[in-house]
Amino acid sequence: MALYPLPLAMASYALGVALLLTIPLVSDSHTMAIVNLIGLAAIGAIGLNILTGYTGQVSLGHGAFMMVGAYTAAILSARYGMPFWVGLPAGGAVAAAVGTFFGIPSLRIKGLYLAIATLAAQFIIEWCINHIPWISGGVQSTIYVPTPAFLGWEINTEYRRYFMILPVFMLAYVAAQNLVRSRVGRAFIAIRDRDVAAEIIGVDVFKYKLLAFAVSSFYAGVAGALWTYYLKIANYEHFILSTSISYLAMVIIGGLGSVLGSVFGATFITLLPIVLVYVVEGIASLFGFTYFAIADFLANLRLIIFGGLIILFLAIEPEGLYRMWGNIKRYFRFWPFSY
Amino acid sequence: MKAKGWLAVVVIAALVAALSVVAADAKHAIKVGGQCDRTGATKLVGVEICPAVTDYIRLVNKKGGVMGHTLEYTEIEHEYRVDRGVEAYERLKRDGAVAVLDYGTPIVYALTPRHMEDKIPAITPGFGRADSTDGEVWPYIFPMAASYWSQAAGALQYIKEKGAKKGTKIAYLYFDNPAGREGIPMMERVAKKEGYEIRLFAVPPPGLEMGPQVIDITRRMRADWVVGHLFGRSPSVSIKEFRKAGFPLDRVISLVWGAGEADVEAAGWDVSQGYLGLQFAAVGRNLPAIQEIIKMYRDEGKEVPKYVGGVYYNRGVLIGAILAEGIRLGLQFGEPLTGEKVKRGYEQIKNFTLGGFLPPLTVTPQDHEGGGWVRVYQVKGKEWVPVTDWIRGYRDEVFKLVNEANKKK
Repeated sequence: MALYPLPLAMASYALGVALLLTIPLVSDSHTMAIVNLIGLAAIGAIGLNILTGYTGQVSLGHGAFMMVGAYTAAILSARYGMPFWVGLPAGGAVAAAVGTFFGIPSLRIKGLYLAIATLAAQFIIEWCINHIPWISGGVQSTIYVPTPAFLGWEINTEYRRYFMILPVFMLAYVAAQNLVRSRVGRAFIAIRDRDVAAEIIGVDVFKYKLLAFAVSSFYAGVAGALWTYYLKIANYEHFILSTSISYLAMVIIGGLGSVLGSVFGATFITLLPIVLVYVVEGIASLFGFTYFAIADFLANLRLIIFGGLIILFLAIEPEGLYRMWGNIKRYFRFWPFSY
Repeated sequence: MKAKGWLAVVVIAALVAALSVVAADAKHAIKVGGQCDRTGATKLVGVEICPAVTDYIRLVNKKGGVMGHTLEYTEIEHEYRVDRGVEAYERLKRDGAVAVLDYGTPIVYALTPRHMEDKIPAITPGFGRADSTDGEVWPYIFPMAASYWSQAAGALQYIKEKGAKKGTKIAYLYFDNPAGREGIPMMERVAKKEGYEIRLFAVPPPGLEMGPQVIDITRRMRADWVVGHLFGRSPSVSIKEFRKAGFPLDRVISLVWGAGEADVEAAGWDVSQGYLGLQFAAVGRNLPAIQEIIKMYRDEGKEVPKYVGGVYYNRGVLIGAILAEGIRLGLQFGEPLTGEKVKRGYEQIKNFTLGGFLPPLTVTPQDHEGGGWVRVYQVKGKEWVPVTDWIRGYRDEVFKLVNEANKKK
């Protein structure tokens, strides 16, 4: 618990855990599904933030590393009968190996060039999974996974799936918080801020860049494996390029270089479209239209609002939701003074 | 800072307001629902299918509903994204939907296990899962229209009737994703059986570039026939490319997702003359159900949209009709209606044609596809014109494939 030395921090942390545990008591299965989707996205987003936010390596291949994890878990569970708690770390490990391999170019290239290299990784991995029948399980690239079970409990309802995802999420969150406040995390930040200077003070840039890729891909692999157990099916179509881009959007909106920010960003990007469904329906009824009369307009209006909100948030606070959260906290802490 | 604080307050208030919207519960209404994609990758299709489903449901309700029950249809937009599809389904389930439409191949794949758990039947016309034809293995998934395997078989049947023989060269030009690849095993089977020479040509997504493949097909392979299985914008690209290469378009047959008005329009009607496409629902306005919808629009004093009677619109009407029919037959098993009863209702469907919309659709507990009939249409002038009656081919091969696929699981 050295992470949170202040009693206030400890208390707020305990409160957070208590809140997470009370969610299933007060929600129906639809809300649980949304919470689960946020949890899955948050694990992946934390992973990408370690790479992009902390180490400054832009990646457009995050979805592909999730794909690797998803198929690894599916192959282990469907063909070799492994339980899910073996599939999760295995998915992470294989994804970490693949991610490290694709991280090698980062030694020589930076920024946009690296983004294109990772984009290539996305396409290469996608193509391989799609066209090697041993991996994809045939022309449909889909592998069914038996219902995951834990100590005889079948994980087959939205509530049980929540308790499969929650421990993984907590572990991922705490591990990331620990990592970024350690020697390794400081090395990552040094590389992000000025890699030449980092090298001069003795940070092994190549090693730490690869490590960042490994850790980030490990997270992606675990998230992908969780997707597989969540849906009981591995299908690469959840992990295509648009997924990689939406993860990038999550970490940018949440706040680059912040673990909690990743969670905020994942929540924002996952929840907003769903909330907007209700909002636009409300807007329609406000003006006396039925939904079906102007459904096309509403569908596109939602996209416009979604895009507009993202621009607005970034314009108001380029450093993301995490910074906004910090500002609000500070406001109350210093009240009635302004600073 | 002030602005930011207010913004936070506004956002939180909006969230609270949005989440406290409670749907009114109507008495005696039967809840059904479906997903849709009016935005996203395949919105060309969605903007026509989805209003058709709701139009038909509205028509049923205007005529007094199903055995006196009104149908309450909820449409949820999912942008063709899997996570949103999962959320949409969970929302429909929470609201008590007893029958749903699953929209989009990847979403059907993702939701299949849930339908089994929740015992809520899904219809998935034209969205793949060819193996789910076998209702004993997949009790809650109903393709209700020719699967990709049946479509490929139908296309090959047509080619055979047009005089293909041993040594005929057939190219299969497909979109390189699971839905596109699904037809491959069928093509290979039939080729082996008939002695055709078959070659596969993959079009990588997003499929807006296929010059090399078309040149390969026309110059190097010198194919006699092309079976196309493309989606979204790519069918129109293929039409243009084949025209450019001088390949006769009446030798190109597209499976169902490359046979809409929008596809031809994007390529140009005059360019596409002779192009063939498969349909699992009739096209045009000369159908009783479409006439009723047109009348309904006129009675409401609204303008009839241009797409009414078009390819995708009619498929949407078919979806609405199958939902209503399944519920009607499910009500025989007593009230309140449950997903299980609707499933049994679907399996009672016998010789259902909706006034010439389809061949007699007959669903059995073993066959959730309902026969696997298709009809070949051709672009003539400014419309799709039927050139055959309802056909199907190689049923034994289709079922062999289905059984093999299901044995593996």
